[in-house]
Amino acid sequence: MTVEVDTEVLVIGAGGAGMRAAIAAAEAGCQVVVASKSLLGKAHTVMAEGGIAAALGNVDPEDSWEVHFGDTMRGGAMVNNWRMVELFCQEVIDRVIELEQWGGVFSRTGGGLISQRAFGAHSWRRLAHIGDRTGLELIRTCQDRLVHTQGIRVLMEATLTRLLTDGDRVAGACGYRRASGEPVLIRAASVVMATGGWGRMYRITSNSWEGTGDGAAMAFLAGAELKDMEFVQFHPTGMIWPPGARGILVTEAVRGEGGILRNREGERFMVRYDPVKKELSSRDVVARSIFKEVQAGRGSPHGGAFLDITHRGPSAIRRALPSMVDQFSSLAGVDITKEPMEVAPTIHYTMGGINVVAETGATTVPGLFAAGEVAAGLHGANRLGGNSLGDILVFGRRAGEAAAVDAHTLRRPPAPSRLQAEAEWRMVFEPLERECGESPFALHRELQEAMQSGAAIARTEASLRETLATIEALRERAGRMAVPGGPAYNPGMSTARDVHFMLIVSEAIVRGGIERRESRGSQWRLDYPERDPELGTLNFVARQRDGQMAVLPVAIPPMPAPLQELAAGETRVAATALADAADLRAQRHRGAPAGGRRP
Amino acid sequence: MTLAPPAPATAAEEPPQSLRITYDDGLTDRTATVRVWRGDGTGGRLVDYAVPLQEGMVVLDAIHWIQANRAPDLACRWNCKAGKCGSCSAEVNGRPRLLCKTRVEDAGGPDGQVVVQPMQSFPIVRDLVTDVSWNYEVNATIPPFTPAAGDAAPFVIPEADLVRVEEYRRCIECFLCQDVCHVLREHRATDRFVGPRFLVRIASLELHPKDTRDRLPLLRAEAGIGYCNITKCCTEVCPEHIKITDNAIIPLKERVADREFDPIRALWRRLRPLPMAAWAAVAPQGPAEEDPAEKGAPPELPPG
Repeated sequence: MTVEVDTEVLVIGAGGAGMRAAIAAAEAGCQVVVASKSLLGKAHTVMAEGGIAAALGNVDPEDSWEVHFGDTMRGGAMVNNWRMVELFCQEVIDRVIELEQWGGVFSRTGGGLISQRAFGAHSWRRLAHIGDRTGLELIRTCQDRLVHTQGIRVLMEATLTRLLTDGDRVAGACGYRRASGEPVLIRAASVVMATGGWGRMYRITSNSWEGTGDGAAMAFLAGAELKDMEFVQFHPTGMIWPPGARGILVTEAVRGEGGILRNREGERFMVRYDPVKKELSSRDVVARSIFKEVQAGRGSPHGGAFLDITHRGPSAIRRALPSMVDQFSSLAGVDITKEPMEVAPTIHYTMGGINVVAETGATTVPGLFAAGEVAAGLHGANRLGGNSLGDILVFGRRAGEAAAVDAHTLRRPPAPSRLQAEAEWRMVFEPLERECGESPFALHRELQEAMQSGAAIARTEASLRETLATIEALRERAGRMAVPGGPAYNPGMSTARDVHFMLIVSEAIVRGGIERRESRGSQWRLDYPERDPELGTLNFVARQRDGQMAVLPVAIPPMPAPLQELAAGETRVAATALADAADLRAQRHRGAPAGGRRP
Repeated sequence: MTLAPPAPATAAEEPPQSLRITYDDGLTDRTATVRVWRGDGTGGRLVDYAVPLQEGMVVLDAIHWIQANRAPDLACRWNCKAGKCGSCSAEVNGRPRLLCKTRVEDAGGPDGQVVVQPMQSFPIVRDLVTDVSWNYEVNATIPPFTPAAGDAAPFVIPEADLVRVEEYRRCIECFLCQDVCHVLREHRATDRFVGPRFLVRIASLELHPKDTRDRLPLLRAEAGIGYCNITKCCTEVCPEHIKITDNAIIPLKERVADREFDPIRALWRRLRPLPMAAWAAVAPQGPAEEDPAEKGAPPELPPG
């Protein structure tokens, strides 16, 4: 039995961006359906630990949206969509306060305001946070708001795998219910894509199983553009041992709270790579530095670096980083209050994605909007820690509102193509009908090995070309996948569909990586180790052309002079909690009044 | 391409081999027997799989190995594999656990076997996956956070006032506490009792310094807080180490008892609706009789 649903706005994905979009669309008076691959509240948003960057100025009153703008543009190596950055830095302040009004709980300053912590490449202490589980707080707050907002229906564990069109306009989507394997068809006047990022095509990743790039691939197949796909963020600190824990995130808050990186010889090597910001340099710089130390033979026993926070003392560590303490003791048998952690870079975030209009999240396909990690532009070539949770709130809301307006302007009910849906269902269920064939898990693994070797932290023309050839070969084999069992909650069946999505997204990453013949942000080309100023004025955009993927350069519109001025400054180093404590001790020692750190 | 590629900075490209890092997979020479419940709502059985042991392997790693190498259709719900989303809840050797945080070697019983079964309190979907939708229905019935209308943003709240709430908000909704709670597990009292998870949820709202809603009547009636007889099983299985019984349920029970069962308050409730002129007539009569429904223990649970 096909499950058929009619709605005005369909939101695909129920992480922070999807939920915020759904709330906005419903508050604008639309009927909304939210479809999620997982249960509500389990999205990858919960993995965001450190906080939400917003220039509230509660801790450092010197902070402002203008400084945040400059930090974000410089962190993104100036290829960001500057209009998105501008809107983001201005509006994220209100979004954080709104979250608190909805019942979100944040750590406090001595004066009872939302507390803010230091983070990599932010000039001031800027991250509103709650311990090291800010993402969970955000998602639970949005979830409760969503549940009590009129007009929203949530379809949990409904996997949507194709956008359906009515002429040139998106008019719904189809897929299947995971529990039963029943086909699902949703007719919608407008669609918000909020499916998050993709890391699962790499072997070492902090991403959950969901990060397979469905949303980007679906949008691409429906005619949307993918931008900046070469920019894939390596979080400098993932767990590295034991093997099963490899890739699991170690929050940047460890460094924000004063954590120090050392190599095998005990040297604080970040002093050599970024003498000013050291451990709190931007993520691309820290990740590359660890990689270089390992390549030079100075890595830790399992090929990473040591991250040491023990100098903060057990009680401070337990208070500021409770889930890290728990994670290391349960998974690695390491007590981080007594010994250093062993860490190495892990694929964490994708700066690239669907090309959108800054104000509305509109894509190049009528009726299709996108927000959050699946959309490109805000983060440029490298995302600053703390800018993703704000991204999903600011642009989730904007996309939801725009989709509601768009749905209301539609004059006739959407009539998505039934033929497209039937072709999609054949593709989903086909592997169940084959007696024998390729294993989707084996193909996935081979893709991971290829991407990790050739299109990861360090790249060359040759390594990228080799990876592209592997992708082509895997695509041919992906047509012959076979899975035993029936359609009900069959992970083999869902992995088989995911392999197709991952191949499309991987191709876009690799082709973007080949075209950008320079090193910028997260893209590190060993054969072009410097920034090329000319390429700094361009984004690379993947489009469909005659059934093939074409990657073309598109000029970035010139930035208005006032914004240029903001972007031209220098990122300063925010005080860390450790520095504060040291300052305070020194002042007490000198007999100066405590607490008056700044002149 | 409209753009001519700039000349490579280095004459000779580095071979891609130099980019490759070899990973130590920590494979041991041992295998573990992992017995996994396979079946659906109509029944099922335990199936044995011999899984090669990796150093520090967790049960979810073993399940993934089985999916990739033996049974691609083995159903198991999981997301983050880092103990943060609460999706991979199941029972390992009879104990409710997150599969991603349970090491195979620690889980093994005396015979070295690891038995993995779905949560028993919820209907089976397939294999290790259960239908937990009831929990989401319960959540929707709890009145949301409601600050006072005139309470201006941003809030000023001392950290000390949020310490308790912060503990409740750590919950990752794995529903292991719901699974272990005997009121739900043995008595199937889903129509009368919301379970530990949602008592924690109500506590997070009731103890929020800016919330103005009164959920005590709900606690006593629909939420069925009286059914909890504080055996603390929920606290024992909580992967977030929330002291569910001591820090959430007992404070709520105290509030309900203070309000509903304190004789002086009961009297006050009776008198309050009366106009001031009636005071003289009513006051000398002494403490009012309590409504029988307000007294004593909650109704008995049906056996089994």
